[in-house]
Amino acid sequence: MTAGEAPLFRGEDIACRRGGHELFHGVGFALWPGDALLLTGPNGSGKTSLLQVMAGLRTPSAGRLDWQGRDIRDDLAAHAGRLHHIGHRTGSRAILTAREDLLFWSRVRAPVSRQRCLLALARFDLLHLRDLPVQALSSGQQRRLALARLLAAPADIWLLDEPAVGLDLSGLASLEAAVARHRRSGGLVVIATHTPVELDNPVRGLELDRASGQVPEHGS
Amino acid sequence: MTGFFAIILRELRTGLRHLSDISAVLAFFALVATLFAFGVGPRTLGDLAGGVLWTAALLAAMLSLDRLFQPDHDDGGLVLLILSPVPLELVVLAKVIAHWLTAGVPILVLAPLLGLALQLPEGSLPGLLTGMALGTPILSLLGALGAALVLGARRAGVLTALLILPLVIPVLIFGVAATDPANGAAPVLFLAAMLLGALALCPWATAAALRQSVL
Repeated sequence: MTAGEAPLFRGEDIACRRGGHELFHGVGFALWPGDALLLTGPNGSGKTSLLQVMAGLRTPSAGRLDWQGRDIRDDLAAHAGRLHHIGHRTGSRAILTAREDLLFWSRVRAPVSRQRCLLALARFDLLHLRDLPVQALSSGQQRRLALARLLAAPADIWLLDEPAVGLDLSGLASLEAAVARHRRSGGLVVIATHTPVELDNPVRGLELDRASGQVPEHGS
Repeated sequence: MTGFFAIILRELRTGLRHLSDISAVLAFFALVATLFAFGVGPRTLGDLAGGVLWTAALLAAMLSLDRLFQPDHDDGGLVLLILSPVPLELVVLAKVIAHWLTAGVPILVLAPLLGLALQLPEGSLPGLLTGMALGTPILSLLGALGAALVLGARRAGVLTALLILPLVIPVLIFGVAATDPANGAAPVLFLAAMLLGALALCPWATAAALRQSVL
C-alpha cells in the first residue's frame, strides 16, 4: 500500500493494565488514510480498553501512540477533537427528543447546522422519529441515534465499540455505508465487534489474545 | 463557545422537563423554614429569620446536587463530554451555571416570601437577597466539586452533603451577617471574594475529579 509514507495514526508496543493485572502488552498498529482496523478477541481480552487508550481516555502502562508522528499525550484535547468514540452506553438523555440529543452531541463538537443533523437522522432512518423522546425509542433505535452523530459532526477517527449491537439489517447496512463513505474520504475506522460487519477491503486485523496479547497484523 | 452554550441549553432543557426536581427543592426550602418557625415560636423569630433562611437554603440546595453529574455518569455521557473539544473545566462551568439557574435562582425568588412569613426585619431584605445572590453560586460551585468526588459511590447524596456542608460554613456566616444592616457592606464583599475564589478553583478541581470517575 502507501509503503513510503509515514502512517497517520500509529501505536507501538502498547500495554494496558486493569485492576492490577495485565490485559495485553506489545500491541501495535499503523493506519493510513482510509484504513479500517478490526479488533477481535474473546470477552475480556481488552478491546474496549484498547479503544479507550486510542481515544486518550485511558493511559497505557507502556508504549506510545502517534498522530502524524506526534505523541497524542502532548495534546489530548486536540486528539479528542479529531475522534468519535461510540461506546456501549450512548450518553443520550432519556427526556430529550432524538433531534435535540443529536444536535446537542454534535454542537458540543462543532458548530453543526440543523440541516446536517436532519440529514444524519435520515441516513439512519430516524427522521420520522425525530421528535420522540429518547426513552420512547427501542434500544436499536437508540443505537442508530448514537451512530448518527458520526455523520452529523465530522471527525478523522471513528472508534466504534460493538457498534452493531441491537441493529437490524437495515441499520447494519446504514452503518456499513457510513463507514465506507468515511473511509473513501480518507477517514480512519477502528471497530471492535463480535457481530460481522461488512467492510470494504483492505481491512487490517488486530487480534487480542488473552494469553499472550501478541498481535499479528495482516492485510486481507 | 458553541459547545459551552449547547451544554447550558441542554441542562436547562432537562431541568425544565423535570420540573418536579425544582419544585422539590423549593418545597424542602419552605418546609425547613416553616419547621424552624414552629420550633422557635413567634417572640424570637424575627431575630433568627436570616439564619433560618440561610440554613434552609443550604440544605435545600444539597438536594439538587445529585442531578449535576450523576445522569451523565450513568448513561455514558460523561465519557463523551471528556472526549469533546470543549475543555472539561468549561463543561463543569456550564453545568454549574445551569444548576444555579435551576436551583439557586428559584431559591432566591422564594426567599423574600419566606422572609415575610418568618418576620424578617424590614431593613434586612436587601442584605439577604444580595448575600444569597452571591452565596448561591458558591453553593453550586462547591456542590459540583462534592458531586464529582462522590460519583459512583453508594449513598452519594449523603456523602456529598457531608463533604460540602462543612465547607459552606463561611458562606453561612457572612451571608447571615449581610442580613444585618448594621454590618455595612463588609460581609457582602467577603461573599463576593469567596465567589471569585470558588470560581477560580472549583471548575479545575471538579474536572480532575470527573476524569478520575470515568475509568
